[in-house]
Amino acid sequence: MIQGIPLEHFLIVSTIMFFIGVCGFIIRRNLITMLMAIELILNSVNINFVVFNRYLYPDQLQGQFFSLFIVGIAAAEASVAIALIINIYRKMQNIEVENVNELKF
Amino acid sequence: MNVFMFYMFSGIILICSLLTITTRRILRAAVYLLCVLLATAGLYFMLNYQFMAAVQLTLYAGGIVVLIIFSILLTHHITHRFKHPNLAKLLMGIGAAAIGSGLVIATILSHPFQAGTAPELKVNMTEIGNQLLSTGKNGYVLPFELISILLLAAMIAAIVIAKKDKNKNSEI
Repeated sequence: MIQGIPLEHFLIVSTIMFFIGVCGFIIRRNLITMLMAIELILNSVNINFVVFNRYLYPDQLQGQFFSLFIVGIAAAEASVAIALIINIYRKMQNIEVENVNELKF
Repeated sequence: MNVFMFYMFSGIILICSLLTITTRRILRAAVYLLCVLLATAGLYFMLNYQFMAAVQLTLYAGGIVVLIIFSILLTHHITHRFKHPNLAKLLMGIGAAAIGSGLVIATILSHPFQAGTAPELKVNMTEIGNQLLSTGKNGYVLPFELISILLLAAMIAAIVIAKKDKNKNSEI
């Protein structure tokens, strides 16, 4: 519709990005890399919201507001997660998830 | 021109996000993540949402990536390489990603999307500010207030968690 690019191409890009994030979350064992995979997932969802807003409801701003709120929540989540990671590093000297087993039953 | 830009940005997003999870040096992974976020901001500019693109650039590419790089520098040696993940986990991850993306793409391609016919809204800062702080129709003041409280709570939580306790013997 806009600029000669169909909506589906945007959705396919964000879908592939989402599942790359899921795959990275499963195969990596480092806390910071897992955090980066979560950022990829959130970012792909943002693209979806903005594109749906642009193509399907161009007279409203709902998708844009929701992606703004997601960006805010991602910032809060990253700050708390990094505080936790630094604390874990102080206690255990590394941040591989296999070694963080103190709370394990 | 627009089509070419779109496919260039998509290529950057896909290749760099793949490299983010496959590279064995963690600092490079952070830089590839930065490339993904910048290309996403480019997509927002293409869609004519300048404010969203600016937020993406400042908050994501400026804030979160810098935070991640800081924590990498605090917790890793610069020469650190990851071990290869074991085969079962690798197969599981790739399998989950392949099955999931196949299903979702099949659903997307089979669903008929009705393009909106309403007249396009001029997105300027006045419009965004009015809608964000209005309580009437198309008003978003409740999530706005909620997210401000959430950000305050997260800020206090980050300070409390990351702070060193001065005297470890006294239990507070």
